[in-house]
Amino acid sequence: MISAVAFYIFASIAIIAALMVISSKNPVHSVLFLIITFISAAGLFVLMGAEYLAMLLVVVYVGAVAVLFLFVVMMLDVDFVELKQGFLRYVPIAGTLAAIVVGELIMVVSVWVFPSDAELARAHPSPKAMEIVSDPSGPNNIEQLGLILYTDYIHYFQIAGVVLLIAMIGAIVLTFRTRKGVKKQDAVKQIGRKRSEGVEVVKVKTGQGL
Amino acid sequence: MGVIETLTHAFPELLLVLGGMILLITGVFLGDRYSRHISLIAVALMIGAAILTLLGQGASANALFDGAFRIDDFAVFSKIVIFVAAAFAILMSIGTLPGEELGRFEYPILIILAVFGMSLMVSASDLISLYMGVETQSLALYILAAFNRDSRRSTEAGLKYFVLGALSSGLLLYGASLIYGFTGSTQFETIARIATSGETNIGLVFGVVFLIAGLAFKVSAAPFHMWTPDVYEGAPTPVTAFFAAAPKVAAIALFSRVLVTSVPDIIDQWRPIIAIISVASMTVGAFSAIVQVNIKRLMAYSSIGHMGYALIGLAAGTPEGIGSILIYMTIYVVMTIGAFACILMMRRRGGLTEKIADLSGLSKTNAPLALMLTVFMFSMAGVPPAGGFFGKWYVFLAAVNADLVWLAIAGAVASVISAFYYLKVIWVIWFDEPAPTFEREVKPALRFTAAGAAFLMFPLTLFLVGPLREAANHAASALF
Repeated sequence: MISAVAFYIFASIAIIAALMVISSKNPVHSVLFLIITFISAAGLFVLMGAEYLAMLLVVVYVGAVAVLFLFVVMMLDVDFVELKQGFLRYVPIAGTLAAIVVGELIMVVSVWVFPSDAELARAHPSPKAMEIVSDPSGPNNIEQLGLILYTDYIHYFQIAGVVLLIAMIGAIVLTFRTRKGVKKQDAVKQIGRKRSEGVEVVKVKTGQGL
Repeated sequence: MGVIETLTHAFPELLLVLGGMILLITGVFLGDRYSRHISLIAVALMIGAAILTLLGQGASANALFDGAFRIDDFAVFSKIVIFVAAAFAILMSIGTLPGEELGRFEYPILIILAVFGMSLMVSASDLISLYMGVETQSLALYILAAFNRDSRRSTEAGLKYFVLGALSSGLLLYGASLIYGFTGSTQFETIARIATSGETNIGLVFGVVFLIAGLAFKVSAAPFHMWTPDVYEGAPTPVTAFFAAAPKVAAIALFSRVLVTSVPDIIDQWRPIIAIISVASMTVGAFSAIVQVNIKRLMAYSSIGHMGYALIGLAAGTPEGIGSILIYMTIYVVMTIGAFACILMMRRRGGLTEKIADLSGLSKTNAPLALMLTVFMFSMAGVPPAGGFFGKWYVFLAAVNADLVWLAIAGAVASVISAFYYLKVIWVIWFDEPAPTFEREVKPALRFTAAGAAFLMFPLTLFLVGPLREAANHAASALF
């Protein structure tokens, strides 16, 4: 009962906020509504027993992606009012395109052939998600994910690491510059300085400068 | 199979990725002064990986990591071609890159990592490993395209490649997710089994179309070719030499493996698409190249056309067709590397020139270079005694045997039209007024590569094409 109420609350907030994302005039507001959508979706995940995914959604999407969006929107000085001016002019062609895509999707979905249960079972020998979640004594979400990630999917996991390494090398190659003539503090050099190098005793004759 | 045993089968890949990381650390500590040494070690790594691949041929276990990574004769053949092509690409860059103020140690390391991605692509037998391989390779290639970051054209090439590549990855993923949704599996074998059972699954066909679109971008086949000329022209020339050879082999091998092993039963659905892409590529390659004045752009359109010919073999969809692709790609790689070695020798006052007009009268000023370029141009045009002819011959033969006579005829017509611009280059070289000479001092690696490739194309090809055909057909039969 409570979960049903919670579901409807989260779901309606998510839908309303998602509508506001695309309809609000101010792009900063759009991003803020996007964050609300993410958080409601995270709530829905918790209701489904996928608490790890919910955490991930909050940490990655709200914590990093949405904040990045916010920065980009605030830093890029785009005149959104001007962007929207051609709206009516483009409605016919955009509407036609949308109608074509919707029609195509309807055609595809109407002929959708589900693989039989036997085929699905052969393709996925592992138990279905709901069964794992409903078993309180079994491994929890993240344990289950870890068990698969480091065994069946180790190949992909490692390649993903290589992809990230390449991205890191790329960022350094394309942006890092060693500037010449920059004055830097060298701690080792400072500590290694001896008295004989730093101090010079000069005899100055009376009445004369150096 | 234990962990260690699994890893021993993936030895070439491990060598590449671990070697690349060790070189990266070495490079960070030693700095760019040692980039030459790092490049040489990278060449050694490539050769080592090729030898290990050859030694690992015929291993009992051919599917690793839960069916994600497959080692068969097809993969072995393609990998050896890729590794050798990459080795020559690095070797050719050693002499040239410092001259262009690009001698940074990350260059060979990015090539190693890109080749690692290609090796994954060739062995991929699962939609996820397909995508991971493609991404590993592409990401490294985007960086290489923009490697000369102070040049506007190079950064433009990198950005264009990246944005369009991201778009094509999206298409690829869309197709892959549709295939997964309609078959319930990401493994090629399971997909093939489900596709066989029952009537034609339209959702699956829908996914395959998107997959083809994504992969056609990676092989730069028309109508997904728009990025190719700009990227080839903008990227530093040694990078272009690398782009034109190894990645094409990997992408077309992946293309063949996906279509032949995962959806062989709906060949009637995908064959027309491949045939149309093929004809479109040959047409674009033949007509757009005619008006080019820049030799790198010319090579870009030429490579689009060549991909069209290779795809004829895929449209055939028979073991003979796949074998002819391997023959075609091997010959293509040799002549492309040779041609780029010649282009890298076109230096004046310390810089590279890339106008076709700069070649005029080359026969009078630099006869050996003129002779080699002529061999490569004849070979690319497919004039009989040269190597390129045999590639085209076997591809057309496969098409005729698969009842695709019209495709073979279209290929022959396109090849006659494209001969025009190759012959135009030859005309400029032999019969035009001499332009100022190129620099006499050429790195021995370049001279050796160009001369070796030219000898391979003519006359050695007459003796080698028989064994090559045997090896390619043997490799292709592994997919069926």
